[in-house]
Amino acid sequence: MRAITHLGARSLEVLRGFGHAAMFTLDLLRNVPAALRRFSLVVAQIYAIGNLSLVIILASGLAVGFVLALQMYYALVPYGATESLGLIVNLSLVRELGPVVAALLFAGRAGTSLTAEIGLMKAGEQLAAMEMMAVDPRARVLAPRFIGGAVSMPLLAALFSTIGILGAWVVAVGLIGLDPGNFWGLMQDRVDVWRDVGNGIVKSFVFGVICTAVALYQGYETQATPEGVAYATTRTVVISSLCVLGMDFVLTALMFSTP
Amino acid sequence: MSKKGIETLVGLFVLLGLAGLVFLSLKAANLASFGRGDSYVVSARFDNIGGLKPRAPVRSAGVAVGRVTKIALDGATYQGVVTMEIDRAMQFPRDTSAKILTSGLLGDQYVGLEPGADEKPLVAGDVIKMTQSAVVLENLISQFLFSKAAEQGDGAAK
Repeated sequence: MRAITHLGARSLEVLRGFGHAAMFTLDLLRNVPAALRRFSLVVAQIYAIGNLSLVIILASGLAVGFVLALQMYYALVPYGATESLGLIVNLSLVRELGPVVAALLFAGRAGTSLTAEIGLMKAGEQLAAMEMMAVDPRARVLAPRFIGGAVSMPLLAALFSTIGILGAWVVAVGLIGLDPGNFWGLMQDRVDVWRDVGNGIVKSFVFGVICTAVALYQGYETQATPEGVAYATTRTVVISSLCVLGMDFVLTALMFSTP
Repeated sequence: MSKKGIETLVGLFVLLGLAGLVFLSLKAANLASFGRGDSYVVSARFDNIGGLKPRAPVRSAGVAVGRVTKIALDGATYQGVVTMEIDRAMQFPRDTSAKILTSGLLGDQYVGLEPGADEKPLVAGDVIKMTQSAVVLENLISQFLFSKAAEQGDGAAK
């Protein structure tokens, strides 16, 4: 009997958590127009979230492109299909790796800093002070960061894919000596702008919204202690990564289920 | 950093991101290679379309001139009806024939157009009359095996 009661209490707690997070996200969305009116705040956040993530995104994209091209080359040589190397690298980057890996890096680089920042603001009672001055911290602090994340993420993912393809080109054409005509030609022949590139952008936008919302929620709901902030930062990375991977499967199934 | 400086950097970031998107669409996808507006639609009937898929290229002399848009089965004749759009700039004679070909031994299938000699060109909505179905590898192999077996059977009978 006690076990059943315990289970019920736990389930209710989990449900309450979901509901709370959903209400929080709705509240964020409601505050978006107010934040757009104060655009300089949003610009500052795009700088903090987007510009400062650029180095890690570009470096990782380049590395992924290099490695993908090399591994695909070794895998394709036995079949004499090396001319489709560019196509394979392009499709895997644009459809999956670009949005997903960029989102995972984004959660690690930008999500954690958002959580820690908001968490410390809360611990220092800055958010409470704002409320005392009749300034809604959700409109002043959270919403600009939310927009910044949602805008930056698709751009970062596009840059990740771009630099990855350029990296693959360097390895395939420069290092291995494949024919550049086939490398680009097969891509232009087989990669569809709307279906592949467009869906990749939609994915990265969804991931941007998820990662930023999770980071802000964890920061805003943190316990106002050093341990609380540390714990919230860790949870930001874990929860956003799992959400991104889960959501990626759902989106892939929805977008690419028809041949 | 000053506010102006940050705004400039954000502007650069957004421009860089958009440049990436343009690169992905133009250089690494099919936006530039084939426009939708300036094309005309013709169809062809095949007894067997093999593994032809929508969006497969239509080629003439190996040069891509269009794209397969739709594949359906005609309920009356049980033939596959392949609808394709062809670049408006490319005019083909009316007695052009269509074949389903394979790029490489196991590669993707595409429609090959072989121009005839008619004076009049194909226009939108025309149906290509002379067609040659896809070569189905399994049929080819079984034909070969059967003929081999038949040869051996003849040899044993003598």
